[in-house]
Amino acid sequence: MAASESYPDDLLYHPEHDWARIDGDEAVLGVTWYAQDALGELVHYEPPSVGATVSKDASYGEVESVKAVSDLISPLTGEVLEVNEKVVDAPETVNEDPYGDGWLIRIRMTSQDERDQLLALADYRKVLDDEA
Amino acid sequence: MKLIYEKSQSGRRGIGVPTPNLPVPEVPAHLARREPPRLPELAEPEVLRHFTALSTRNFGIDTGFYPLGSCTMKYNPRINERVVGLPGFAQLHPLVEDDAAQGALELEWQLQEILREVTGLDAISLQPAAGSQGELTGLMLFHAYFADKGEDSERTKIVIPDTAHGTNPASVTMAGYELTPVKTDARGNIDVEDLRGKVDEHTAGLMLTNPSTLGLFDENIEEIERIFHGAGALMYYDGANLNAVCGISRPGDMGFDVVHINLHKTFSQPHGGGGPGGGPIAVRGILEPFLPTPVVARDGATFRLDYNRPKTIGKVRAFSGPFGVFVRSYAFMRSYGPALREMSEVAVLNANYLLARLKDAYEVPFDRLCMHEFVLSARALKREHGVSALDVAKRLMDYGYHPPTIYFPLIVPEALMIEPTESEAKETLDAFVDAMLAIVGEAAEDPELLHSAPHGRPVRRLDEVRAAKQPVVRFRFEDHPVEQGAGDRQLEAQKGA
Amino acid sequence: MSYLSVTDADREAMLAAIGVSSVDELFRDIPTGMRFGRELDVPPALTEAELQRHLEELAAKNVVDEVCFLGAGIYDHYVPAVVDAVLQRGELLTAYTPYQPEMSQGVLQAIFEYQTAICELTGMDVSNASGYDGTTVAADACFVAKHATGRSKIVVTEATNPQVRQVVKTYAPGFGLEIVEVPHEGGATDPDRVREAARDAAAVIFQQPNFFGVLENAPELAAAANEAQAMPIAHVDPVSLGVLEAPGNYGCAMAIGEGQSAGNAMSYGGPHYGFLAARSDYIRRLPGRIVGETVDAAGERGYVLTLQTREQHIRREKATSNITTNQTLLALAGLVHLSLLGPQGLRELGETCLALAQYAKDALTGAGLELVFPEQATFKEFAVRTGRNGREALARARAKGVYAGYPLGRDYPQLDDALLVAVTEKRTVEEIDRLAEALS
Repeated sequence: MAASESYPDDLLYHPEHDWARIDGDEAVLGVTWYAQDALGELVHYEPPSVGATVSKDASYGEVESVKAVSDLISPLTGEVLEVNEKVVDAPETVNEDPYGDGWLIRIRMTSQDERDQLLALADYRKVLDDEA
Repeated sequence: MKLIYEKSQSGRRGIGVPTPNLPVPEVPAHLARREPPRLPELAEPEVLRHFTALSTRNFGIDTGFYPLGSCTMKYNPRINERVVGLPGFAQLHPLVEDDAAQGALELEWQLQEILREVTGLDAISLQPAAGSQGELTGLMLFHAYFADKGEDSERTKIVIPDTAHGTNPASVTMAGYELTPVKTDARGNIDVEDLRGKVDEHTAGLMLTNPSTLGLFDENIEEIERIFHGAGALMYYDGANLNAVCGISRPGDMGFDVVHINLHKTFSQPHGGGGPGGGPIAVRGILEPFLPTPVVARDGATFRLDYNRPKTIGKVRAFSGPFGVFVRSYAFMRSYGPALREMSEVAVLNANYLLARLKDAYEVPFDRLCMHEFVLSARALKREHGVSALDVAKRLMDYGYHPPTIYFPLIVPEALMIEPTESEAKETLDAFVDAMLAIVGEAAEDPELLHSAPHGRPVRRLDEVRAAKQPVVRFRFEDHPVEQGAGDRQLEAQKGA
Repeated sequence: MSYLSVTDADREAMLAAIGVSSVDELFRDIPTGMRFGRELDVPPALTEAELQRHLEELAAKNVVDEVCFLGAGIYDHYVPAVVDAVLQRGELLTAYTPYQPEMSQGVLQAIFEYQTAICELTGMDVSNASGYDGTTVAADACFVAKHATGRSKIVVTEATNPQVRQVVKTYAPGFGLEIVEVPHEGGATDPDRVREAARDAAAVIFQQPNFFGVLENAPELAAAANEAQAMPIAHVDPVSLGVLEAPGNYGCAMAIGEGQSAGNAMSYGGPHYGFLAARSDYIRRLPGRIVGETVDAAGERGYVLTLQTREQHIRREKATSNITTNQTLLALAGLVHLSLLGPQGLRELGETCLALAQYAKDALTGAGLELVFPEQATFKEFAVRTGRNGREALARARAKGVYAGYPLGRDYPQLDDALLVAVTEKRTVEEIDRLAEALS
């Protein structure tokens, strides 16, 4: 069952339709409702390995639907602490709950400055308006 | 319908094998097969029936209209199937000495001559097995050419428009080049301003389909040619759409240095549900020294395979190429002769006629005359009735047509790419138009009818998500225990009833 | 032109509907300087009867009546009549790639059955729908291995078909691969040499039986590759797999090969099909089409192209390959042939090849010739010393109506006096006796 459109205001956003939930020096990353809707039902998640380094604005993995594949763009730089195995086993979790059970990786941030470069909800909505 | 493995009964045989009265040497035990492969066991009539039943669940150009854009689904003449089976062709081993293959080599030579004339280029390699392998071979020639000039390490980029077939960028990567994408302008041509900023001394070349996948001839081709050759770069022509321009305009005259020809599109090799194809390349003289080996050569009245080519890139496939494909395409060309021009004219006439009759009912992203194909958008149907290009495609099946190519090119939303080819009669085109217009009406009145289409095929719409999520890509014998003697028991049950 | 329906009246009506006055006007977007200003200079059109005669004349210039002991990768096996009958079904012959599954259940199910047959033959979990031929699937396998291992060296045995090695070497620079060859010793490959070469390699490619027809110690070669975490890739002959062990059962990561010997005419080198199968770990890295099982909206079983995000039309420059057109019709021929044979027929076919090849070895040594690798077990092909230049020996045999084999000096200069002799189930004892007489 696909989720209905929403964009929580406690998250920070990246213009490539990724989100970050920051807690101290850790962050949880995922894709937004818009991204999962554009792709359709996900059938595969290719995650990074735990311990790998992810870089801001660079790809850290891929998600696939039947007819599309999308790079996952990291909003932040850091080290991968955990991969959401539930999404590996059931990629459609992202469609069902993009901001909750459908998170993708948890990282330890190596730069605290980068958070200031991310978009607050109001600015991300402008990105969405431009794409529409 | 049952799989052939589900029809198998232990002990049945479909063909005998000669078993001479000779001792069979033992295979060393550690190399010998322990468990036999679980191949089907059926008598010959049941094998033929099984595949005949499969054929009735398939649709070919023999069955009906097949306007699959970019695929050039034209009639496949049956004489071509007859001649390819002549023992002198079918039973010829590819490694015989040249004196035993003079007819085959002469045919290959003649085919090369026709391809040179049609493309306006100097030399041919018949070796590539399909268009995409022709692309890769062409890019290997780019490397060899620039290496010969000492520029290979500098020239690392290939420019490709955003309308290109996916094979072009994939070939670029396989050849070890980097991709430079270029945009399309408002008329559907390459955006020349965008292009100018992207071509420099690091550019190895361009890959272009012309007419493009939008079915449009690039009006700026002369300027594009100046930009690339002015920068010392080369130009590759993706010949997927050559059916538009045979005898009308030649890639060599447009300035291209390498062309591949899809023999399974323009020159009627039947596509066989996925292949075979043939992707010969034609090149300008400056690239000839680098062609793959062997090359077909002529010495007076005799023909030979020339392997002695010091600058060759090597070999992209075994032997001189897919010979049976050459026989069919050569036969097709000889049926037309110089009237190959008429073939392309009618292909373009048919496409423009369909476009003219459909352009008020569907959106046309680029309102121009088209070449051999055109692209419509179902965007308005989607917006107004929630009916997608996919729904239109599936509904067309109920009218007895193979759908067009959909969702390609990527730059057109809800794209429907339609290529009628020269093979179709006006009545067929008119009936197809009627179906396309009826579907627009259905979209407004009963969109559910379209969402749930097709209704008249052997299967309903298939769950592709399930197939991708839990891939089952071979029969799993362990999940389907064989019922030995099931047929006998059914018979017994019938007798008892 | 009988392939065209258009009449003058049609043309007039269509041009009017388009709103142009002539066919030439349809081409107005082509710059004047690029329009072809004359008639194509190609041979004149032929009627169907003339065409048939012309092609019969060309075919008659080829020599196909010599008794064929030529192999070296393409073999004179029998192709059953049912294969031809199935391939001439227009619904299969004249269909495109099955992009629309509801129109294409026939070919999709056939490919699924083919994939199953290849997996059964090779002991693998997944097969693609075919590659171009037995050479290009080797290049494909290198690309898989490079990305699966992150390594860039490929080891190939020198006893692997020379054309396979040439194609791999031609593709290698684009893939960023280095190719290392391991020489044979006495016609077979030493596993210790492979073990040494396999260090840091992405894959080890070997052929079983190898190009000389010799049975390699394939399980040891695979083990040597596995020890170095290089992928063992076996290049195999499908008709051998009724009597020879499946590569999946001795530790190979992938199995590839030329399919021609199962179901395809020799046809001067093509079209044939290459097969490529792998363990399930590599399924997302495989090139080309793969058909998967699913259900339709009514819950009925059906088949679709699946895992398409690997492919060029979706992943573009990041695709696992650029392949699109493949060799489905030839692979279908292979499936039909294997279905007719069944497991028992395939085994008998292998045994007949073994028996006739042994008879040929005995006949040739009895006629005074020497085997090049007398210690080695072989399958249907073996190398024999002719006592003179191999091409000369061939010419003398051909004068007696026997195409005696393949001169190995073409690829292995040190074997200049040798012929590679292939014996399929089509050869008879009498024909083999003629071979011995022709070479003695």
